[in-house]
Amino acid sequence: MAKIVIDGVEYEVNPDNNLLQESLSHGLDLPYFCWHPCMGSVGACRQCAVKQYRDADDENGTLVMACMTPAAEGSIISIDDEQARSMREKVIESLMISHPHDCPVCEEGGECHLQDMTLMSGHNYRRYDKKKITHRNQYLGPFINHEMNRCITCYRCVRFYEYAGGKDLTVQASHHHTYFGRHEDGVLESEFSGNLVEVCPTGVFTDKAFSAQYARKWDLQTAPSLCTGCSIGCNITPGERYGSLRRVVNRYNSEINGYFICDRGRFGFDYVNSDERIKTPFARIDSKIKDLSDEETMTALEGYNNSEVIGIGSPRATNESNYALRSFVGEENFYAGIADNDNEAAHLILELSKDKAFHTPSIKEIEQADAVIVLGEDLTNVAARIALALRQSVRNKAKELAKDFNIPTWQDAAVKELAQHDRSPLILLSGYSTRLDDIASDSLIDSSEILTQIGAAIADQIASKNVSAPIDEEKVSQIAEQLSQAENPLVIAGTSSGDINLIQAAANIARALCERKGKPINLCLTVPEANSMGLTMMVKKENTLGVALKKLENGKAKKVVVLENDLFRRAVHADVEAALEKCEGALVIDHIATATTEKASLVLPSTAFSEHEGSYVNYEGRAQLSFQVHKNLDSALPAWRWLSADQFKSVEEITKRCSKELQGFAKLSGLLPELDHLVAGIKIPRQSHRYSGRTAMKANLNVHEPKQPVDDESVMSFSMEGVPLTKDSTILGASWSPAWNSNQSISKFQEEINGELKQGRTGELILERNSDGKYLEINNKKLDVRSGLKVVIAYQIFGSEELSAKSKSIRGRMTGAYVAVSPSDAEDLSLKQGDEVNLNEDEGRVIVCIRTKIKKGTAAVYCGDNEIDRHALGGIVTLNKCENKVSSHGIQGLIVSDLYEEAY
Amino acid sequence: MVVKPLTKNIDMSRPPLDISAYENNDGYQSIKAIAGGLSPADVLQIVKDSGLKGRGGAGFPTGLKWSFVPQGDNSPSQKYFVVNGDEMEPGTFKDRLLMEGDPHLLIEGIIIGAYTIQANTAYIFLRGEYKVSERMLKKAISEAYTKGYLGKNIQGTGFNLDIIVHTSAGRYICGEETALLNALEGKRANPRAKPPFPQVSGLWGKPTIVNNVETVCNLPGIITYGVNWYHSLTKGNDHGTKLFGISGKIKRPGCWELPLGIPIRELLEDYGGGMRDGLGLRAFLPGGGSTDFMLPEHLDIKLDYDEIAKVGSRLATGTMILLDDQTCPVGMVGNLMKFFAHESCGFCTPCRDGLPWVDEIFNEFESGRGTEKDLGILHEHVDYLGPGRTFCALAPGATAPLGSGLKYFSEDFKKHIKEKRCPYEH
Repeated sequence: MAKIVIDGVEYEVNPDNNLLQESLSHGLDLPYFCWHPCMGSVGACRQCAVKQYRDADDENGTLVMACMTPAAEGSIISIDDEQARSMREKVIESLMISHPHDCPVCEEGGECHLQDMTLMSGHNYRRYDKKKITHRNQYLGPFINHEMNRCITCYRCVRFYEYAGGKDLTVQASHHHTYFGRHEDGVLESEFSGNLVEVCPTGVFTDKAFSAQYARKWDLQTAPSLCTGCSIGCNITPGERYGSLRRVVNRYNSEINGYFICDRGRFGFDYVNSDERIKTPFARIDSKIKDLSDEETMTALEGYNNSEVIGIGSPRATNESNYALRSFVGEENFYAGIADNDNEAAHLILELSKDKAFHTPSIKEIEQADAVIVLGEDLTNVAARIALALRQSVRNKAKELAKDFNIPTWQDAAVKELAQHDRSPLILLSGYSTRLDDIASDSLIDSSEILTQIGAAIADQIASKNVSAPIDEEKVSQIAEQLSQAENPLVIAGTSSGDINLIQAAANIARALCERKGKPINLCLTVPEANSMGLTMMVKKENTLGVALKKLENGKAKKVVVLENDLFRRAVHADVEAALEKCEGALVIDHIATATTEKASLVLPSTAFSEHEGSYVNYEGRAQLSFQVHKNLDSALPAWRWLSADQFKSVEEITKRCSKELQGFAKLSGLLPELDHLVAGIKIPRQSHRYSGRTAMKANLNVHEPKQPVDDESVMSFSMEGVPLTKDSTILGASWSPAWNSNQSISKFQEEINGELKQGRTGELILERNSDGKYLEINNKKLDVRSGLKVVIAYQIFGSEELSAKSKSIRGRMTGAYVAVSPSDAEDLSLKQGDEVNLNEDEGRVIVCIRTKIKKGTAAVYCGDNEIDRHALGGIVTLNKCENKVSSHGIQGLIVSDLYEEAY
Repeated sequence: MVVKPLTKNIDMSRPPLDISAYENNDGYQSIKAIAGGLSPADVLQIVKDSGLKGRGGAGFPTGLKWSFVPQGDNSPSQKYFVVNGDEMEPGTFKDRLLMEGDPHLLIEGIIIGAYTIQANTAYIFLRGEYKVSERMLKKAISEAYTKGYLGKNIQGTGFNLDIIVHTSAGRYICGEETALLNALEGKRANPRAKPPFPQVSGLWGKPTIVNNVETVCNLPGIITYGVNWYHSLTKGNDHGTKLFGISGKIKRPGCWELPLGIPIRELLEDYGGGMRDGLGLRAFLPGGGSTDFMLPEHLDIKLDYDEIAKVGSRLATGTMILLDDQTCPVGMVGNLMKFFAHESCGFCTPCRDGLPWVDEIFNEFESGRGTEKDLGILHEHVDYLGPGRTFCALAPGATAPLGSGLKYFSEDFKKHIKEKRCPYEH
C-alpha cells in the first residue's frame, strides 16, 4: 500500500494501479472515456486530466492523465485544480464537436456515459459553429445497430473487440475521420459483440432488438437475475416494460462474468415474449386440446399424485422446482431429465467436484491460469464466457514479461507491444477447429478416441509413467512440461464432447499435476445447462432417463410428470415417442411449447426465468439466486407451485426446505436476502425512482391507475415505491448513482475497481471437497464398429441451446444442421461444399461443410435446433449424397476459420 | 581536413559514388577501425564524447540514447536499429539530399550504430515518395553486401547485420519514432505511450534505437577522424556540422552543410542570396513547420540548439521556411494548420478534434468570415493542444507556428476580421 494526496486528503492506494483507478476506487468523481476497468489504459481521450505536483512546495504542478500515471507513493494530485478542470471541459467540448446531440431519440439517452461525463465536466454551450463530420453507418447483423455519427472516438469498441478475439471490427481512416466498423457491411462475427453496447460510452453501438421496442433505462422494471443459457451462471439484469421482456444487460459479479456476457446470454431471452408460450393449463383428449378451469386443473393434477407416477427433472429448471417434483413423486421415482451419457458424465463431474485433489476455478480464476489444456470442449459454443476468460489467461505471459520490464499491467498497449505474440500455453484437444485456435499454442484435432489417448499419455508423462501416445512423444512431453512448469495450470473438459473418457483423462492429468505440485489443481468441468449441477445433485445416479423411458414403455410406471424439459432432445426420438405413447398420462409443466408438450396429455404453464425467483447451481457448484423481474400476466405459475399445492407460502420457504432436506444444499438458504436489509419492512423497488407513465400506460383500458401487482413472496416490489438498497449490492438490478446514470455507475458499488460488490455476494459454493480420489481407469474402447466416419458432435453458440434458439435475433444467426468433413473425405465421397447428404440413410438430411482442419475419417455433426436426432446417431456415420435439395436453410453465416475453398 | 563530412561526396550533377569510389574517399574506414578492435563500448564512448545530438528535430544526445539499450546476457538477444527516413516535416529536404547523394555514408553509419547496440537487423523507414532514395539505397546496400560490409561476419568482426529498406505508406506521424515502429510492424501508425521507451521495448517488443538519417550520417566521420576533429568543426556550442535548408521567396533556395553556430544572417544572405528583389523578410520558421516563428530581429542569433531555444523556438531540422512581407501570414499559418489537422493520427482528442476546428477557423479568416470569438478560440487552442495535453508531440508542434503566429501577426488577424477579407489579396 502507498499513500497519496488528492486535493489535500490522504488516501491509501495500491501503487500498482493508476491514479484514475484509485480515484474511482475511493469514490471520487473523475471523468474518463477510453479507460475501462477491465481493459486498462491507453491514454487516448485525455479526459481524466489532473494536476500533479512534484512535492508539497510545488505550486504550479503539471497536467497529467490520471489513467496513464501510476499511483506512486507520495504522489500529490488535484482533481479540482482550475487548469485541470478547464482541460477536462475542453476535451468534452472537442469530443462533442461532431456529436449529433440526438439524445431525445438516442437509445443510449438516460444511461449514456457521455451525457454523464459532459455534465460532470461542465461543458454546456456549443461554440463550434462549423460543419460537422458525418459518417455512413453499417449493417452489422441482427444484434447491433451502428450509428457512427455519435462516435467520440474513445477506441473502446475496437479494444474490447480485440479483448474478445474478434477480428472484423477495426479502426479505419485517421484524424477526425477516424471510423470504427467492418471492412464492409456484414454480421459482426464475435460471439461477444453485444458487449459493444455496454462498452461504447455513447450510442454508436446499440441493442437492435431493444431499439426496435424501445424504453428508457429508467422505465424498465429490473431485478438481479441469472442467465440460463449455459452452465456458467452469468449475472444479468433483464428489463421489462408493458409486460414484455425488452433486453438483458450484464450485471457485475466479480467472480463470474465481471463486465461481459456472451451474445447468447444477451440476445437469447426473447423466448419469454414468444407466441409459443403456454398461457393456460390444458388437457389433450383424443388429440383435441381442452383448456382447463382452475378446478379441472386441480382435479387433473390430483390424478398424478400417486405412487405409480414418476417424475423427470430438468437441468433448466430451478432447484426449487426440481425439488418440488422430487418431493411430489418421491426420491425413488425422480429421474434425471438429461441424456444418459450426460447423466453418467455429470455424476462423474459431481464426484470429481468433491475430490480434494482439485479446485474448480471461477471465471476470474480461469483468467489467472498460466497454462491451460482443454479436452474435447468447443468452449466458445458451449460455455462462451470461459472462452473469453481463456483469451485473458493466455495474456498472463505478457503480464509476466511486463513485470520484468517494470511496465505496469494497466498500460494495456505497452504490455501488448512488448509481448507481441508471446502467450501462455493453451493446448486444445478437439474434434474440429474451434474459435480459440488463433491463440492456442497447440491445437490437436482428432476423434475423441484419439484425443483420449493423447490426454492419457499427457497424464502418464506428468506422473512419470510409461507413455504410449498416438502422436509424437516429444509433443506429449512438451505439453506435460508446460503444464508442470506452470504456477497455475488449468485442465478443462466437460460433457459436450459426449465422451466420458475425455473427462476421465482430464481428471487424470489434473491428478498427476496435483501429485507433482502438491496442491489442488484447477479442474474445470463444464456441464450443459444452467442447473445441470443442481439437478445431478438431487437425482440418483441410477435413475437415468433411459430407465424412466423403459419403465413407462413397459408399464412399470403408469404416468409421468415432466418438468420443463423437451425429452426429444434428451434421448432417441423413437424411445421418447414410445414411452409417451404407452404411458397412461404425461403431465408436462413448461413455459413454452416443445415436442414433448405436443405429446402430453396434461400441460401446465410455468413461468420463464425472468418471471420467478429461484436458485441455480453452476458448473463450479456455485449456487446463485435469481430474482423475479416481472409478473407473468397469464395463468402460469412457478413449476414448484403447481407441484406443492399450498405447502409453501413463498419461494423463500421452499428454498429453505431444499436447503434443509437435500444433501449438499445446506448453504442454499444463505443466498436468501435477510429481512433486516429492509428499511422498516419497506420493500426494494424493481422500478427506478424515475419510472414514468405509470398512470398513463394502461389508460387506454381504464383511466384509473391500476393497482400495482403485489409481490407477497419476495423482498422486492413491483413498483417504484420503496427504498432501494443503495449500499447493499445483493439486490442490485440496474445500478445507478447520483451523476452516474450509465452502467459505469457500478464502480460506486464496488469495494474497489474490479473488486467485490459492497456487501454483495458472489453466490455460495455449496460443494464440499472431502474425498480422496484416485486415477480413473479409462475404458477407451471403440463401441461402434460399423464402417463410416467417426462422429464428433459440433455445437453452435446460436442454435445449440433450446430456449435461446427461439429468440428472434438469435434465429437470425442460426444455421441449418450440417456435417463437417475433411477435404479428402469429401473428395472420396464426391461431396462438394453445400451439398445435402443423408446421415446413415435415414437419420436426417444435413448440409455438407468441408473444413480443412477436420481429421480425415471423422465427421463433425451439428444437429441444428434438434433437427437431427443426435442420440440415434451412434459413433459412426455414413454420408449419402442427396440429388435434390430440400433443406430450407443452409450454412450461410457459419463462422469458422477453416472453411475449405475449392480451387477453381 | 575534411570540413563537410556529410556532403563531401555529394554532387547532384552526377550519380552518387559507387562503393569503390566511396571507399577511395575514406569510405568504410570506420568499419575497418571497428574490425581493428573497437568494442561496442568503445564506439559508444566515442559517440558520447563527440557530443552528437539527434538531427531529427528533438536534439537528444545520441550516445546517451544508445546507452539506454539493455546489454549483457540478461537482455533480449534480438535488437533493432531503425533509421528514420520518413522526412515529412514541412519545408524539410535534407535527408533526401543525403540518401540520394551519398547512400553509402548512411549505410556506413547504420553499421556503426547497429554494431554499438548489437542489433543484427536494421530498417530504413523511408518516406514513400522518396523513390530515388529508395533506388540509390537499394543499389548501395547490395554493393555493401558484395564487399562484405553487410551480411555475416562483417569484415571479420563476427558481427552480422542485415539492412532492410521499408517504404512508408505515408503519414506525417510516421516520423514520430513510436508511430514509425507501429507502422513498421504493419499496424496503424499511432504513437505509443512512453515509458516504456523504444530502447527497452521497441520494434516487436525488442530493444530498438530509432535515429534520423542525418544523425546516422554523422557517425562515419566521428569514428574515422576522431572526436577532436569533430569538435573542431563547429562554430557554436553544439558539435559537428549540420545541413541547413531554406525554402520560401529567397534568391537561392537550397540545402547546405555548414558548421553549427553560424549566424542565421550568414545562411540567409551568403548562401541563400537574400530575399527576392522587392520582398522583405517578415518572419521565418527556423526548423520546419513545427517550430515557432522568428523575426528579422533574430537574424544575428547563432544556428545552435540552445541559442535558438533562448528566443522560444527550436533549431529542430534546421530547414527554414521564410515568410516574406507580401504573403499573408494568416494564410501561411492556416496552411500549416491544414497540414497538421490532416496528419493527426486520430488517437487523442485534442489533436484529432482540436486541429480541424483550428483549420476551419483559418478557412473562415481567409474567406473574410473570421470573428473575434474565433480568434479567442484559436488562442485557447494554443494552450489546449500544448505539451503534456496530448498523447504525442504532433499537436504541440502545431501550436508552435500557431502560438507564435498569433503573437507576431495579431494585427493581420485583426485586419482580416475588420476588412472581412484577406488584406493580402489584391
